[in-house]
Amino acid sequence: MSRVSVRTLERRTFLKYTFGTGALILGTHVDGWASDADKAAFHPSVYLGIESNGDVIVVAHRSEMGTGARSTLPMVVADFLEADWKRVRVEQAIGDEKYGSQNTDGSCSIRDFVDAMKAAGVTARLMLEQAAARQWGVPAAECAARNHEVAHAKSGRKAGFGELAPLAAKLTAPDKSALRFKPASEYRYINKNVPAAHQQDTINGKGLFGYDASMPGMLIASVEHSPVYGGKLASFDAAEAMKVAGVRAVIAIDRFKEPHNFQALGGVAVLADHTWAAMQGRRKLSVVWDAGVHASYDSDRYREQLIETAKKPGKVVAARGDVEAGLAGAAKTHEAIYTTPLLAHAPMEPPAAVAEFKDGKVVCHAATQNPQAVQETVAAAVGIDKKDVTCHVTLLGGGFGRKSKPDYVAEAAILSKKTGRPVKVVWTREDDVRHDFHHSTAAMYLRAGLDASGRPAAWLQRSVFPSINTTFGDTSGYGMEVEMGMGWNDLPYNIPNHRAENGQALHHLRIGWLRAVANVYHAFAIHSFVDELAHLAGKDPVEYSLGLLGPGRKIEVKPVGMKYWNHDQDQEKYPLDTARLRRVIETVAARSGWGRRAKGNGHGWGFAAHRSFLTYVAIATEVQVEGRAVRIPNMHICVDAGQTFHEDRVHSQMEGACVFGTSLAMLSEISVKEGKVVQSNFHNYRVARLTEAPAKVHVHLIRSDAPPAGIGEPGVPPVAPSIANAIFAATGQRIRDLPLRKGLA
Amino acid sequence: MQLKVNGTNRAFDGDPEMPLLWYLRDLLDLKGTKYSCGLGLCGSCTVHVEGKAVRSCQTRMGSLAGKSVVTIEALNGQHAVQKAWMEASVPQCGYCQSGQIMQAVALLKEKPKPTDQDIDAAMQGIICRCGTYQRIRTAIKAAAGVKA
Repeated sequence: MSRVSVRTLERRTFLKYTFGTGALILGTHVDGWASDADKAAFHPSVYLGIESNGDVIVVAHRSEMGTGARSTLPMVVADFLEADWKRVRVEQAIGDEKYGSQNTDGSCSIRDFVDAMKAAGVTARLMLEQAAARQWGVPAAECAARNHEVAHAKSGRKAGFGELAPLAAKLTAPDKSALRFKPASEYRYINKNVPAAHQQDTINGKGLFGYDASMPGMLIASVEHSPVYGGKLASFDAAEAMKVAGVRAVIAIDRFKEPHNFQALGGVAVLADHTWAAMQGRRKLSVVWDAGVHASYDSDRYREQLIETAKKPGKVVAARGDVEAGLAGAAKTHEAIYTTPLLAHAPMEPPAAVAEFKDGKVVCHAATQNPQAVQETVAAAVGIDKKDVTCHVTLLGGGFGRKSKPDYVAEAAILSKKTGRPVKVVWTREDDVRHDFHHSTAAMYLRAGLDASGRPAAWLQRSVFPSINTTFGDTSGYGMEVEMGMGWNDLPYNIPNHRAENGQALHHLRIGWLRAVANVYHAFAIHSFVDELAHLAGKDPVEYSLGLLGPGRKIEVKPVGMKYWNHDQDQEKYPLDTARLRRVIETVAARSGWGRRAKGNGHGWGFAAHRSFLTYVAIATEVQVEGRAVRIPNMHICVDAGQTFHEDRVHSQMEGACVFGTSLAMLSEISVKEGKVVQSNFHNYRVARLTEAPAKVHVHLIRSDAPPAGIGEPGVPPVAPSIANAIFAATGQRIRDLPLRKGLA
Repeated sequence: MQLKVNGTNRAFDGDPEMPLLWYLRDLLDLKGTKYSCGLGLCGSCTVHVEGKAVRSCQTRMGSLAGKSVVTIEALNGQHAVQKAWMEASVPQCGYCQSGQIMQAVALLKEKPKPTDQDIDAAMQGIICRCGTYQRIRTAIKAAAGVKA
């Protein structure tokens, strides 16, 4: 709690919401989140207000894209406030740096902000109890808040939160040293599976997403982008498009300037009265592009280049012992190359935002994971200060990292400035699949020297992929600290001679981060390779993995040439603890009946375990393979994410991760020919349907007192290797390239 | 031409090629029906025409003369399927859920006690990228009163 402080506030208007007279308003500041320029000032990340009618308002500064974080955090406030959740309203914050990071990304909403929520709730509760004590002339210690009122047991007096709020508002907030936090046994909402605030609305069809946003008098725009990344607009003919009923204008948007960052791609926009007219008009456009330097990009050839690079020495990012000596002295060596393709995020809601440029300011409504990046990107796009960009955050129809990158909001603002009207930009599915910030393609080379028992005495691993940093102007060709810290320079195995390397690769389209990021390809390679070694040794893969991990202990990760990313958390608080990794493995083995199941006839089980986002996850997967068809009757997933605050949403994130992981393991692939993305929609960019997803996902949650880690992403990485390993167990066929369907005979 | 949307008579004299999806969303402001693929591949836009589940992105306005259209808004949150959805906390982001629910309602109308195979056949056309499929199956069975 040392990082958190709470104060009463004078300011009464937040967002569209203005508190009434007498309201108690608190702001909670989290150290380390204030913008550098304003470190001295008190900038709360969390706002909590209690109206004199008893309404409790919590301003949620995180985006809702399906994790439930936007509701779970206010539930924590309500619990520690002893409020009635039915009387708590969640208001979505606009983008503003005063909140600290709003980038809902990296599985960190709970990790970074739960302490602030607890402190806000307890502080307000203490102030309400003090107010009651003063009113009744009794010691505050004898007054206790419960279910939206404060009671004095000795006299039987009670007063509602609303009645006490004006009195409490005149008190000074207690020092944080006075804050006491109730034990988990007294939680009323935390981990009690209260539905998220947006659940009923989305079931009723009333949830408002970016695609649903509107502003009076707006035009709808559909934008044609260069089919080859970075292509320049040579010429266009709008005559036929303008003939479509409802089309009002056809306007060119300037191409981005390197480095790309989050800028609009540039292109030709068709603006119309309604979406159908805009899309029809776009089909009638005639556009000539100067394709530029990426026109020769071919993803098959590129993959071969990645493999060639991975076979050669790269930059050392982790090392111990003497790998060459270990390999030379080995009884046997084994090597393998794994590859993974480009991926598109493909959230069910394609990118969409509405913006109005007026009097030198922009107001927008956007499905965004990162409203502050919207402010910066839009401001730069239309030449104003970011403080003059107001970004309202809608519900997100999926995000998975795509909606952290607000190029589409910039398009709306640019078009509004050019037309003088509000403009909603709507991306089609084809736009989304082709012009995404794609998840990187990768090749990994692994080589192990095995002793007589089949245990690695030496282990060499090389990873090659175009880095996310290339989108931000990096030309070194190497992965960044964050990507290396995602399952590459932090191998948890007890191997005496070890070296991890990273080779160079440059980008040919926009590379971005997708749910679980570099862990996706690193986990696939490493945990497939461990499975291969286990089978070579004639050992059970679970037993073999536990042997590689060795006794439970905290490993200090010490990479070469960079610090260990560890999600910007110190290793003291969030160590790599093999005891926790062992525990999820042992639990998933026990709960899935691992080792006791029949094999053969195309039936088998596979396993993988991976730590990412500071969370430990093990998966055991059952497959039934018939020819090229793979069914997944059961997937068991065990997770230790430290303390959790909404167990049902932890379960739902794990269930979802198993499906998302199955999509990328079995089905999804972006390929590129002559610089153009081949896929366009769900017929050729495939994601798992109900019949392709695991029929049953069994979630086993480890209840832990460890600091909260992350939930949104860490379920994904072990899925692909667990399926690949299961297919091997079922068929004897080792598939080393994703998506696995292509390797099935 | 005339059609009925959620019980209300409507006149339409626009482009007969216009998909029902955009008529509902942009002209009637019924935003519960969602766009996601535009090719009838994902089912987010599912509504009922004459009681049958259809993809509104593939249904031309010209084909709807005299027909009755029902959207998620008409269920009013009171349908047994919606209650089961709430009970099972099915949605994550929620974007595809109106399509899922409209398809499930049509399924149960046709097959009040669906088997797993019936659920597979009816629901495999509707993609959920969040991966709520398991709970969709649970909720359909709960609404139908069949064993999970």
